[in-house]
Amino acid sequence: MSTPGEPMIRLDKLTKQYPGQEAPAVDAVDLAVPTGEIVILVGPSGCGKTTTLEMINRLIEPSSGRIFLEGEDVTHVNADQLRRRMGYVIQQIGLFPHQTIAQNIAVVPRMLGWKDARINDRVDELLHLVGLDPGRYRNRYPKEMSGGQRQRVGVARAMAADPPVMLMDEPFGATDPITRERLQNEFLRIQEDIRKTIVFVTHDIDEAIKMGDRIAILAEGSQIAQYDTPEAILTSPASEFVEQFLGSGILLKRLNLSRVEDVHVATGEWPTIGPDTTYDQARQHLQQSGRTHLLLLDAQRRPDRWIAAIDLDRDRDLSMAGTRVQACVDSRATLNDALQEMLLNANGVAVVVDRDGVYAGTLDLETIIAAIREMRSGTAVPGDT
Amino acid sequence: MTVSSYLERRWDVVLQLTLEHLIAVGLAVGIATLLGIALAILVYRNDRAVAVLLVVVNTLFTVPALAYFGALIVIVGLGWTSAITVLAIYALLPIVRNTITGLREVDPAVVRAATGMGMSKTQRLLRVELPLAYPVILSGLRVATVLIVGIAAIGSYVAGPGLGELIFSGLSSLGSVRAVPEITIGTVAIVLVALVLDAILA
Ligand SMILES: Nc1ncnc2c1ncn2[C@@H]1O[C@H](COP(=O)(O)OP(=O)(O)O)[C@@H](O)[C@H]1O
Ligand SMILES: [Mg+2]
Repeated sequence: MSTPGEPMIRLDKLTKQYPGQEAPAVDAVDLAVPTGEIVILVGPSGCGKTTTLEMINRLIEPSSGRIFLEGEDVTHVNADQLRRRMGYVIQQIGLFPHQTIAQNIAVVPRMLGWKDARINDRVDELLHLVGLDPGRYRNRYPKEMSGGQRQRVGVARAMAADPPVMLMDEPFGATDPITRERLQNEFLRIQEDIRKTIVFVTHDIDEAIKMGDRIAILAEGSQIAQYDTPEAILTSPASEFVEQFLGSGILLKRLNLSRVEDVHVATGEWPTIGPDTTYDQARQHLQQSGRTHLLLLDAQRRPDRWIAAIDLDRDRDLSMAGTRVQACVDSRATLNDALQEMLLNANGVAVVVDRDGVYAGTLDLETIIAAIREMRSGTAVPGDT
Repeated sequence: MTVSSYLERRWDVVLQLTLEHLIAVGLAVGIATLLGIALAILVYRNDRAVAVLLVVVNTLFTVPALAYFGALIVIVGLGWTSAITVLAIYALLPIVRNTITGLREVDPAVVRAATGMGMSKTQRLLRVELPLAYPVILSGLRVATVLIVGIAAIGSYVAGPGLGELIFSGLSSLGSVRAVPEITIGTVAIVLVALVLDAILA
């Protein structure tokens, strides 16, 4: 770490003029990326996000301006060495098809001359971190993996040599919405532990709000229309451009700001029973609670089934009664994710689990509505009062 | 004289000519491979340079063999050197073309990722681009080899090595008893050599 107060990355009037184009693709951008934060560059297609990002690791050489890494001017240092200090993840992932997953992850450590044993340990550690079983996956080739798995490997590869900085260009852009949401949640979980400085490019404002500690909304020429926390941007957009970019449904978008763990997750709202519960106990429990359903947890206290009064039958095993709990929301999921779950769930309740999948409580529509109300009253939009 | 009685009496000559043929083709392909891959690596990132190089090797390819032999006899005289030089020139086109194609067909995202991880140009070429281009380069080698096995026969015209000698000897003694077996054996042996090499390189 360098001088206190110095951001990890600082861009100073950074400019890229492609030959034969009238206006610069990136026009004198100033940006400071604080250590340990996720900064999102978001903006319409073609506004210069990728160009800005790739000037940071000098995949694109700036026409003018300067780049500082930990206070050091790196505008003219050896680009290959600079890049080994920054992880880089692109939308197309770009895994080496002729190398195994382990070899792919080991690329940078090998270039840095790590010993084999250390590299092997690191590969296994990273595969664990991104949720892939090393025994199963380390010797596979990229084409033998699903898109989501490959994307996880891409992230693991970028983190291999534990660089302080990660650059990510639409890293989850090529995956389906469900995989994408899962990858986002996982990545936030990982970031909680590793606290890297991350510059993350996306064109999706919802992803920006969910993932960013800070968001830079970019206009043509990578001009920063607003650079602030998601809360500040959503509650007080700096200009008409920003408002337009945020689009309609701004209240719903604010649901992306709060995570399930930030609101009141009810733990006693629904009666729960364990796998050893007898028929009589279950019936009594349900009656005493005065609710319509029981929630059956398995031996590891993971949500298993919703059981209504009519599902209770003396002759049937409890583990076959009622309906299976479809999907659970992680406590790190946004209220928006939780709302989606509720709408899909028959009784309008989202079941919340912790990072190990253990039952943490339930969330209902009233809680979400209360959260929206709080956002509206708590943070007034300037000019709105 | 029949083919079999000719073979019985002169199998050692046939064997030696076949070996010479193989050596000549091997040397020519070896030279063309080193030169061709080096040239392709020098130009493949630059559209203009690629176009120029392809025009040059294409043009070299269209010049008739006898014209080369004629010119080379003047420069280096009769013998192996002339023959192998000409064969290498013909082998250049498929090798250069396939190497360029192979290198340029590597997924740009893979190249970008390699560069983004801090690989130098050389590391990227050796560890990523050439391994991924390898199948295409190999098929160029195969085409070149089979092609010059045939052309090598003409090399005997300038006293070069190989099975062409049998054919030319037969042709110059048409009407004699050994003419037909010599031409037949020469031709069949060349076809066999081509087939075997093709199978080995597949
Ligand atoms: N290599 C290049 N040569 C010329 N123009 C380019 C090049 N790369 C990008 N551009 C142009 O620069 C602008 C910004 O591109 P880019 O940074 O890729 O935008 P974004 O990532 O925001 O979609 C676009 O107008 C694009 O056409
Ligand atoms: Mg882009």
